[in-house]
Amino acid sequence: MKKTYINGVGCISTQKTFDTVFLEDAVYNQNDNILSVVSPVYKDFIAPAAARRMAKGVKNGIVASALAMKDAHAENVDAIITGTGLGCIEDSEKFLKNILDNNEEFLTPTAFIQSTHNTVGAQIALTMQCKGYNFTYVNGAVSFESALLDAKMQLEENEANSILVGGVDENGDYTMELFKLAKRVKQESEQPFTLLAPKTIGSVHGEGASFFVLESEKKDTTYAEILDVQIINTLEENEIETEITTFLKANNVEVSAVDAIVLGFNGDVKFDSYYKRLTENTFSDTPQLYYKHLCGEYDTASAFGLWMASKIIKLQEIPEIVKVNSVKKSAYNTILLYNQLSGKNHSFTLLSK
Amino acid sequence: MKGVAITGMGIISSIGNSVEENFDSLLNENRAITRVQNISTIHADINKVGEIKKTNSELIAELHLPANNNFSRTAMIATFAAKQAVENAGITAINEFRTGLISATSVGGMDMTEKYYYDYFEKPELVKYISCHDGGDVADKIASELGLKGMVTTISTACSSAANSIMLGARLIKSGKLDRVIVGGADALAKFTINGFKTLMILSDDYNKPFDNNRKGLNLGEAAAYLVLESDEIVKKQNKKVLARVSGYGNANDAFHQTASSENGDGAYLAMKKAFEVSGLQPSEIDYINVHGTATPNNDLSEGRAILRIYGDEKVPDFSSTKPFTGHTLAAAAAIEAVYSVLAIQNNVVYPNMNFETPMEEFNLQPQTSLKNKNIDHVLSNSFGFGGNCSTLIFSKSE
Repeated sequence: MKKTYINGVGCISTQKTFDTVFLEDAVYNQNDNILSVVSPVYKDFIAPAAARRMAKGVKNGIVASALAMKDAHAENVDAIITGTGLGCIEDSEKFLKNILDNNEEFLTPTAFIQSTHNTVGAQIALTMQCKGYNFTYVNGAVSFESALLDAKMQLEENEANSILVGGVDENGDYTMELFKLAKRVKQESEQPFTLLAPKTIGSVHGEGASFFVLESEKKDTTYAEILDVQIINTLEENEIETEITTFLKANNVEVSAVDAIVLGFNGDVKFDSYYKRLTENTFSDTPQLYYKHLCGEYDTASAFGLWMASKIIKLQEIPEIVKVNSVKKSAYNTILLYNQLSGKNHSFTLLSK
Repeated sequence: MKGVAITGMGIISSIGNSVEENFDSLLNENRAITRVQNISTIHADINKVGEIKKTNSELIAELHLPANNNFSRTAMIATFAAKQAVENAGITAINEFRTGLISATSVGGMDMTEKYYYDYFEKPELVKYISCHDGGDVADKIASELGLKGMVTTISTACSSAANSIMLGARLIKSGKLDRVIVGGADALAKFTINGFKTLMILSDDYNKPFDNNRKGLNLGEAAAYLVLESDEIVKKQNKKVLARVSGYGNANDAFHQTASSENGDGAYLAMKKAFEVSGLQPSEIDYINVHGTATPNNDLSEGRAILRIYGDEKVPDFSSTKPFTGHTLAAAAAIEAVYSVLAIQNNVVYPNMNFETPMEEFNLQPQTSLKNKNIDHVLSNSFGFGGNCSTLIFSKSE
């Protein structure tokens, strides 16, 4: 069975994650309940005429994938697999509002076309002229991990040698208002938003695009090997420790061999307890890291987590800003990621040097 | 044994609320394309659609959902079909083996979103529907109704979505990652899609006529279908009846245009070619092609050319589109057509391509226009979607 290596990464996020080394300019914004991406210079990647019609998610996806390809020194890939929770939600909003406001008249197709969930993956394929396998997963917090698992299966089974995998989501103004109403996003009045000491439900929302070139060959550009990915729809809080240790055992990794655990803490007082169980018990002596205070919560935020973990293994350093505790290790060779959203759609990802 | 075993099926579409009812309609040419009844739209008098003949209240009652449920119509029909499939496969303990659910949808809970979009702020009792917009919500709902706890995910690649969920399910079983996977897709009709396709000017104001020279476009439909795939170990251990097998699959991207297919059907050709490679079958071994055949000028030309490229000098097998029966059910299309393909194998029939009159001038391809009985060992089913997404599945008789 062939292995899976992360050979290139590209990240557009609410932090400056391009043209930087590793989060040295990161800012922990505790005043806003919705975070927006730090935009790259799009015209360096996309012709301005084309960019004008493109959805935000499409543009960020194209730039993040171009960065990942460049980073991996890759010219083309055999497949493109994308995860997205809501797709290009701004276009969905726009088309729906036009239908409702104009009583189904005077509509144009552009917004409808871009509202289709697989637009980002399709536009990347079109840009790269990649005629290979092209899937898009849309399942809440495991949208990205589904893409990752699919890619890993193809590399293992020798169905492909190189695959571009990414997670992308964008904020839409009206959707954010609805999310506040549904208490998925925290209210403005609740600030400052200190993520690790939550008092209320919901989270600070974000957006972004993180892409990875996965290949079955180890190269000079390699960040880490993906040992395993597991997706579980439903877990009770008291099952999490057993499940995660079973997952490690299946990969012949002891808890003590985990050099860092990257957790999806999002400041939701109701569901961060899943992570707390792990930090207070099984992994109390392990370096614990978090990231959603930097990138915000969104369905594919865990792709930012994977970007961060990949960087840590490659650079062998952990930025202070992402540390939950003060435990240190002499080397960071094995990293475990765990994410869930509202107690559903759990995922474990295991990386090694 | 070649291919992954299919041990159960469930379906709800405009031509029936069960596998049996659907098959009966296919045999008796009961088409169900009518004027829009369940949705308030200004296009109701112009557009014909394939609606499921059950209201939301009826579905809620039949599914025994509590009054405070927040099911979208897509989630209702999806759960309806998935429950049938699980029952048909004789599954009593859903988590007994490593069981997954791979669903597909393009609209998700859009039917509720478009109904309540501006009312949410005034009516607190509607707020529960906000979270059902999410495409993954449909799969979460099915999983929770079935009590399935393991791997659950959703694919959304427009009109090829369910083909891709069947493909992933088959791969998960082949690789030994799961023992049993429920695969399929669902899409309810929505004002959103009716208007979307209308702006693209590919909706017919008449009954759709796949592969006809005078075809004017598609009729939309709504449906849900799920199939149960199981490993040969389970089949052997529980002495299960195998309905048919998923023997080949392929996905490729046309990389030509966001909504239009390339003239030579590159993506379609590559998808079929890959499916043949996976199955180890020769094109000449296919007994029936259930074409995507949406009846848009662009699709049928591109698909026809791709089929001709695959067959070269060989004879193209009997083919038909079942979309004149059901309309184009988007992300569910490949799932309902998978059920029809299995039924074709089980009953040795080729369904008629209704409404066909005049052959296309671009090539010499004529669909089967009447019901035909003949031995069927292998069926090829195509599904293509926006974003150049092209998928092919091959179903085979289980020996």
